[in-house]
Amino acid sequence: MVSDELGRVPDGVGWRISLQLQDREKPVAMSQRRVSFTLDSTLETVNNAEATASNMASEAGFGEDDIMKIAMAVREAAINAVLHGNAYDPRKKVWLEFERTGRDLVITIKDQGKGIDLNAIPDPLAPENLLKTSGRGIFLIRSFMDEVQINPSAAGTEIKLIKHVHGSAAGGKEVSQ
Amino acid sequence: MTMKSNTRQIDGVTIVDISGRITLGEGSIILRDTVRDLISKGNKKILLNLGDVNYIDSSGIGELVSAFTTVRNQGGELKLLNLTKKVHDLLQITKLYTVFDVKDDETSAVKSFTR
Repeated sequence: MVSDELGRVPDGVGWRISLQLQDREKPVAMSQRRVSFTLDSTLETVNNAEATASNMASEAGFGEDDIMKIAMAVREAAINAVLHGNAYDPRKKVWLEFERTGRDLVITIKDQGKGIDLNAIPDPLAPENLLKTSGRGIFLIRSFMDEVQINPSAAGTEIKLIKHVHGSAAGGKEVSQ
Repeated sequence: MTMKSNTRQIDGVTIVDISGRITLGEGSIILRDTVRDLISKGNKKILLNLGDVNYIDSSGIGELVSAFTTVRNQGGELKLLNLTKKVHDLLQITKLYTVFDVKDDETSAVKSFTR
């Protein structure tokens, strides 16, 4: 996705952008910066979140394999926010933030749903669940990121996805809250 | 790139050549409609050629599982052909690689269906 120096994306792409750049430079070109977006609860948001994540990861210096994993994790988190959290409700928004710290790319996605019940998510690898047609999103996110923090509340669910810039073999550790 | 599919028949087996992305939305819907249409016409030996599928998300995985169980429940067989590395890896980590009958050669794949 093409963006200008203020992080704005051309009209027609479908993004509703609230500029919250810490500075007024090109988003995520170097270290220590943050860019966030407020998005509608649409399928387009899912696709755009994935595309933007791919660009952000590329600019942050990740290799092709990590870029794919990050983009896919963000897509899955966006699907959860749009479908399961906000349930396509046009009054509810999805908040997406990319933050480049010295050693991490940190992606935060928040919805305005009822808050996910983490205890209600079945293990998709259990034999009795293998043929279920849903329930793999969070598993894939954990598989693709170095750290995943999920914070549900009555006001919605916030999920934080962290990938270490210089690589890690940790592979999807859950971080205790 | 959105998903496209094309069907052809070889020795009683319907081969569905799929290209693009099987993801939430259009891709998943096209796959679902294609499989349902084949079953309704009595075509229950289905080989999904995923050789040109470069991306699949959890929704697409769910749709593959749904297609597999739907065909099986109708007394048919659904197999996968020519997985790309990305799709192969996804099916591995989700433990679905052993659930699906995965083939890498079309001729032998067609012959493998129950006669």
